[in-house]
Amino acid sequence: MSQIFPKSANAAVRSSLFAVLTLVLFLGWVGFTLMRSSWLTKQSEYVEQPIQFSHAHHVGGIGLDCRYCHTSVEKSSFAGIPPTKTCINCHSQIWATAPILEPVRASFRDDTPMKWKRVTDLPDFVYFNHQIHVKQGVGCATCHGPVDKMPLITQATSMQMEWCLACHREPEKFLRPRAEVFNMAYEAPANQIELGLRLKKEYNVAGIEHMTSCSVCHR
Amino acid sequence: MGRWTAALGVLLLTAAGCRQDMHDAPRYDPLEASDLFTNGSSVRPLVPGTVPRGQLNDDAFLHTGKGPDGLPVTAFPFAITHVELDRGQDRYNVYCAPCHGRTGEGNGMVVQRGYRQAQSMHIDRLKLAPVGYFYDVITNGFGVMPDYRTQIPVEDRWKIVAYVRALQLSRTATTADMPADALARLLKGEPAAKAPVEIHR
Ligand code: HEC
Ligand code: HEC
Ligand code: HEC
Ligand code: HEC
Ligand code: HEC
Ligand code: HEC
Repeated sequence: MSQIFPKSANAAVRSSLFAVLTLVLFLGWVGFTLMRSSWLTKQSEYVEQPIQFSHAHHVGGIGLDCRYCHTSVEKSSFAGIPPTKTCINCHSQIWATAPILEPVRASFRDDTPMKWKRVTDLPDFVYFNHQIHVKQGVGCATCHGPVDKMPLITQATSMQMEWCLACHREPEKFLRPRAEVFNMAYEAPANQIELGLRLKKEYNVAGIEHMTSCSVCHR
Repeated sequence: MGRWTAALGVLLLTAAGCRQDMHDAPRYDPLEASDLFTNGSSVRPLVPGTVPRGQLNDDAFLHTGKGPDGLPVTAFPFAITHVELDRGQDRYNVYCAPCHGRTGEGNGMVVQRGYRQAQSMHIDRLKLAPVGYFYDVITNGFGVMPDYRTQIPVEDRWKIVAYVRALQLSRTATTADMPADALARLLKGEPAAKAPVEIHR
């Protein structure tokens, strides 16, 4: 009986095994990279808004504090988006007839809210709370990036679970004094870990078991 | 062939199960839009006359800054200590400084960009004005100045008023007005007041 496979088929089998392994690893790598890509996390993506509101002009330029507009950020889970009245405080006089601000004036006149689109949006099965982070010394810039330099706001971080956990495991790498939370120009000192550990004790920040337990964020 | 079709069918069925329902649960997040109402908002305005529990606001002194005679009150509705002053300073810098400037001169950034300039807080008329007057201006606005009743809670408004008083006093204060320890620090060339390390909340 003649052999069905020539001897060289052995090499083909071996190399095809190798090819399958490489393919699996490659697909794994593609998936892994895709999961973290800004295409899926929407990191650094602009969102079309009804009017081009610039944090760079209002925060970086005229030096407004976040709380002038995001009034509930210190006392509620939701940071709050300012009502049209807050814009009109100033724009009743500044650029009061500029065409670019017509949507704001129309919204105020007709008592219809501005339709801002969300930039950062966690899935609904995740619980997030601003108050606790602000109170325990996590700066806005740590999560939202240099907002004072953004002409249009984008999501500065991946906002994925592994990103939340990286800080919940070692908050000392990021904590700053409470008085600096809203300061966009704050720079971490050289002895950040030392400062972080001291603040962690002073502010009574919860331990790692609590901070990484699933039910803290999935409740 | 039939086996492959079946396998493909099972795969498709499984994929159809991958829905994102939990990502966007059927509930309204704060400020989420809704097409149920004509103005596109999911929250409804309160029916006129609604009083939330515990918010009857029947303390006229605290909430209007006016006495029974309708005139602005001359005293604060609660004790003012360093804690209240620090908070007042913090809030003044957030909500008033953009127009009135950090020192109350009236030359804030927004004014420099074309907003009408207010009188300096340091003119005699305002130094003599009762505290209830300032509270009323914050609550109801004054001339072209907008009201701040929705942005600043009642207690914080009073603390801001206390800080404005402190600003006014600071202009004419002499070393004789200083506590001994602060004076000693000043003479040594150090800042007289310890910088507030902590903003009280
Ligand atoms: C003059 C008012 C104003 C001030 C001051 C202000 N913001 Fe905003 N902010 C807005 C408005 C309006 C939006 C919604 C439009 C948009 O997303 O650009 C917004 C959106 C945002 C968003 C995106 C929200 C989303 O949709 O996910 C972030 C993050 C944010 N602001 C952070 C900050 C921080 C941090 C500061 C202080 C450094 C600040 N803002 C100061 C008005 C303001
Ligand atoms: C505290 C005062 C203040 C408030 C509150 C404010 N603005 Fe402005 N805004 C300004 C000033 C001042 C300028 C002119 C900017 C400059 O000269 O750099 C401006 C400019 C603008 C412009 C022109 C384009 C630009 O960025 O220069 C737009 C659009 C605008 N504002 C939208 C808004 C909206 C929307 C809100 C409400 C969420 C708002 N502003 C709230 C003070 C304010
Ligand atoms: C620990 C990280 C973190 C910090 C610190 C933080 N934010 Fe956020 N912020 C988020 C996340 C996550 C969301 C999206 C929440 C959601 O989708 O439910 C968000 C959403 C927002 C929004 C949109 C409205 C909302 O509440 O969903 C605004 C405005 C905002 N942040 C402003 C601020 C300001 C101002 C500060 C500083 C005082 C701040 N944030 C600090 C993580 C953070
Ligand atoms: C840069 C640091 C940092 C990041 C990033 C961060 N957190 Fe936190 N988080 C903290 C600190 C600090 C606390 C305070 C813990 C305490 O003392 O109770 C906290 C507390 C919380 C709490 C309340 C815990 C409790 O006891 O109820 C929740 C919920 C939470 N974080 C969710 C999130 C989510 C969701 C994300 C990602 C979107 C996130 N955090 C990202 C630092 C961070
Ligand atoms: C610090 C907050 C935090 C903690 C603690 C946490 N998660 Fe998450 N989790 C998140 C966030 C934020 C997301 C959404 C990530 C995204 O949108 O990409 C998420 C998403 C998930 C998802 C869905 C993934 C998807 O793509 O649909 C699962 C499953 C999950 N978490 C399981 C867990 C389990 C199990 C634990 C406990 C070991 C846990 N989580 C602890 C914040 C947290
Ligand atoms: C958007 C700019 C703006 C902001 C912010 C602002 N004001 Fe004013 N304020 C004005 C202007 C303009 C006037 C003068 C109004 C007039 O003459 O028509 C004024 C007038 C006043 C007056 C009356 C002065 C007099 O002549 O009797 C007081 C008191 C006052 N402001 C206090 C405050 C306090 C306290 C805050 C912070 C909670 C504040 N203002 C925030 C613009 C502002």
